[in-house]
Amino acid sequence: MGVNLDNSNVATRENRIGSITGYIGSLKDLAEQSECGTLKGCSRCFSQSSTCLSSCALGQLCGIRDVALIHHGPAGCSVAAAGSYYMSKVMPKKRGVTSSTVYVGTDMNENDTIFGSTETLRSVILEVNKRYSPKAIFVSSSCATGIIGEDIDSIVDEVRDEVGVPIVAVHCEGFKSRIWATGFDISDHAVLQSIVQPPREGVKTNKINFKNFFESARPEIIEIFKRFDLEPVFLYCNSTVEELSHLSESLATTCICGTLGNYLGNTLEEKYGVPYVRSINQCGIKGFEAWLREIGKVTGRSEKVEEYIAEQRAIYMPQIEEIKKELTGLTAVIGMGPGYTFEVSRVLDELGIKVVWALAWHYDKKYENGDVPPSMKYLLENNIDFEASVADQQNYEVMNILHKYKPDMYLSRHPGSTVWAIKNGTPAVYVADEYMIFGYKNTLEFAKTVLDAIRNRSFEENLAARTKLPYTDWWYKQNVDAFLEEAK
Amino acid sequence: MAKILDKQRYKCALAAMQTVQAIDRALPILHSGPGCAQKLSDGTGSSGYFSPNIFPCTSINEKDVVFGGVKKLNSTIENSLKVIDADLYVVLTGCIPEIVGDDSEEVVTRFEDADKPVVYAPTAGFKGNNYKGHEQVVDAIIDQYLKKSDKKEEGLVNIWADVPYQDLFWLGNLREIEKLISELGLKPNTIFGYNRGIMNIDKIPEAQFNLLVSPWVGLSNVKKLEKKFGTPFLHYKTLPIGATETSKFLREVGKFAGVSEIKVESVIKEHEDYYYYLIARYADLFLENRVINKQFSVVADAQYTLAITKFLVNDLGLLPATQFITDDTPKVYHDAIREEFENLNFGIKAEVLFETDGYKIHNNIKEHDYHGYPLVLGGYYEKELTEELKGNFLNISWPFQDRVVMDTSYAGYSGSIKLIEDIYTVAVSRFN
Repeated sequence: MGVNLDNSNVATRENRIGSITGYIGSLKDLAEQSECGTLKGCSRCFSQSSTCLSSCALGQLCGIRDVALIHHGPAGCSVAAAGSYYMSKVMPKKRGVTSSTVYVGTDMNENDTIFGSTETLRSVILEVNKRYSPKAIFVSSSCATGIIGEDIDSIVDEVRDEVGVPIVAVHCEGFKSRIWATGFDISDHAVLQSIVQPPREGVKTNKINFKNFFESARPEIIEIFKRFDLEPVFLYCNSTVEELSHLSESLATTCICGTLGNYLGNTLEEKYGVPYVRSINQCGIKGFEAWLREIGKVTGRSEKVEEYIAEQRAIYMPQIEEIKKELTGLTAVIGMGPGYTFEVSRVLDELGIKVVWALAWHYDKKYENGDVPPSMKYLLENNIDFEASVADQQNYEVMNILHKYKPDMYLSRHPGSTVWAIKNGTPAVYVADEYMIFGYKNTLEFAKTVLDAIRNRSFEENLAARTKLPYTDWWYKQNVDAFLEEAK
Repeated sequence: MAKILDKQRYKCALAAMQTVQAIDRALPILHSGPGCAQKLSDGTGSSGYFSPNIFPCTSINEKDVVFGGVKKLNSTIENSLKVIDADLYVVLTGCIPEIVGDDSEEVVTRFEDADKPVVYAPTAGFKGNNYKGHEQVVDAIIDQYLKKSDKKEEGLVNIWADVPYQDLFWLGNLREIEKLISELGLKPNTIFGYNRGIMNIDKIPEAQFNLLVSPWVGLSNVKKLEKKFGTPFLHYKTLPIGATETSKFLREVGKFAGVSEIKVESVIKEHEDYYYYLIARYADLFLENRVINKQFSVVADAQYTLAITKFLVNDLGLLPATQFITDDTPKVYHDAIREEFENLNFGIKAEVLFETDGYKIHNNIKEHDYHGYPLVLGGYYEKELTEELKGNFLNISWPFQDRVVMDTSYAGYSGSIKLIEDIYTVAVSRFN
């Protein structure tokens, strides 16, 4: 893919890997069009709010322990400082460690948009360094600083010697990309550019880089990996700068979500030869086994992996088969990022639940290595097809679909989305924890959660009966694609 | 000029989308980047009739930055009217259109004849924080929506207080103030929260007077209302918490509105009797605990820092250490607010710092001798600091992280009882 770590700018997903946010059709058509290169995304002449790429980029970086983030822009851009402060208190506590990560803004005002404020930025960087002695400093732009052309890169270069720790410019203009996941790539790029070092000579390790969000299954994964004599290094939540500097020495890189991990995984492979585990993800039985086998293959531990699989199957498969009987025949609509939509679709198929419509918040035609995402490949090879659309969390489209299809459940992964399904009377399962369907045990628990969710519909029915939905009758009569336009 | 914003406690002007959100059936339309609404929304209590993730948004991209986003704004407003059923549409502009020079106001005027009202408020993030943005939205409604009315309704009082959502207790406080005003025989009119909305907005010009309960936020709005409709206003700077301030508040409002003294005093007596019944029963707790000392600090916006300082000093007999106002209060209001802190019982004067740099606030608290365990009422940022100082902490100002408030009020007599409950719930959770 040709990553350029000398430049602090990362090309957007749209430009780099042809990602799109507007499409309506079927899974098969989407996959075929992306394979033969004819897929063109649509734009919308009406849209509802979505997400800023800076939230993804800086949200990842502020999970790193003992670093500083400086968000150069108006106070609204740096508002994530409050959540970041909270996370820096509660997340390390889970591990019994602490973090002094800080996130500060520059409270840019109107004068600054005319006269610029790079000098203030310089003094803020130096002051933060003095106050907190961070292990690394990330300096982010915003829409406003980007448009007026604040030269953050130069300021960063100028103070580098003085601060004496890794410091890097992070370009987070929110208008750059409609795909907030571009922010994940931006954070990876910043880490690769400023912190990751080439492997030290003679260092042997059994570490495996594990890219995830909030490491809720950390203890469980450590236990599993122990059996294979592997040690997971979880990124970036609770990472240390020291750990990150040695990512290039690991045996392999794997991730819980292809959208989250693919920039880091591919770059570590390309630059340092660290194999990137490319398989369907760990959701469900097929995914978990395929992933474990791939890890076994890449790290030379296939035998131990097969032993583990056989043992776990014996415990869990009978239970999963039992609950499957109750789930078979139910219908679902799902709306998630592409790193989950096409994975969770597969799990639902495994559990006997029929997906009637799947929405992906964006779609990557291919990954950095040029391949169609493995989850799509699996669905196609197994002849699974359903109606599919790509919409950056356009809730009005989701509601139109739920209204027409009246599924037994709606599954979503993003804050603020499940409540709308419930108001529509559709039971919803909020698949927020990235490990909710991880492996045998969690797949079983997920199946039970789904069953619980649809078994007691009191909350949904009470609320739906008393709720007036904000969408007009006119809208419910339109086709879902009413506002899609061919991209110009 | 830009400055270090360490432990920030406010958002930008565009967060006035929450002011719109607090008006029943009013819909913000954002002319901004795709993620502004999500960033500026609060995690909980946002899934009402409209939620931030369904606010229409032009989701400005690179092309719009270069060529302008006017066409997109037009189609977004046009389709919002078709797709979403609201009573009032409020177009809010973010940083980008204001820097690149989109004439958003002109686009909005194209919808003058639409079936539903569409107004416009310039709320670029760099124009100020959400306290200023809140005023911009109210201004937009006054300027562009309200029409002059010959009708005046005797006893009708418009009530204005601080910023919804930024103030976690906004709903409860407004309802409590309404209740108190009703007890005086007046008719309260507010525009925020359940079952108010456009009907109440329509009544604004008919009010006998505007009552502003806030140290500074909204002063420009009531002045505008005075100019446009000739409605006088009463500026009551302190959110009344506790018997001392609430009784004073009722007397001042009663006097301004021409309510008989007998009526006012009977309302006060009834409340005070019950209030002191409770205080008397719990006086042992206040006096005989090993945890709460006399000195306290409040870290909040001007509204809460002033209100809680007065309550803890004048009602509970505590002593103020330094108090911190974190809302970037415009300089022009500093003296008047400071004066309020110098006017406490027994000639007590509280030192107040207008400070947006949380690092300095924390150093100040650390260096102060509270003569024992400090009581700190502030934002979540003060939690760990207070724990380190072995003090007692209550989260009363933004950011809120470890408490849920649905319609709790700290205002009035009953609200202050709730505040006491919260403070002493913290106290009884430990033993020294």
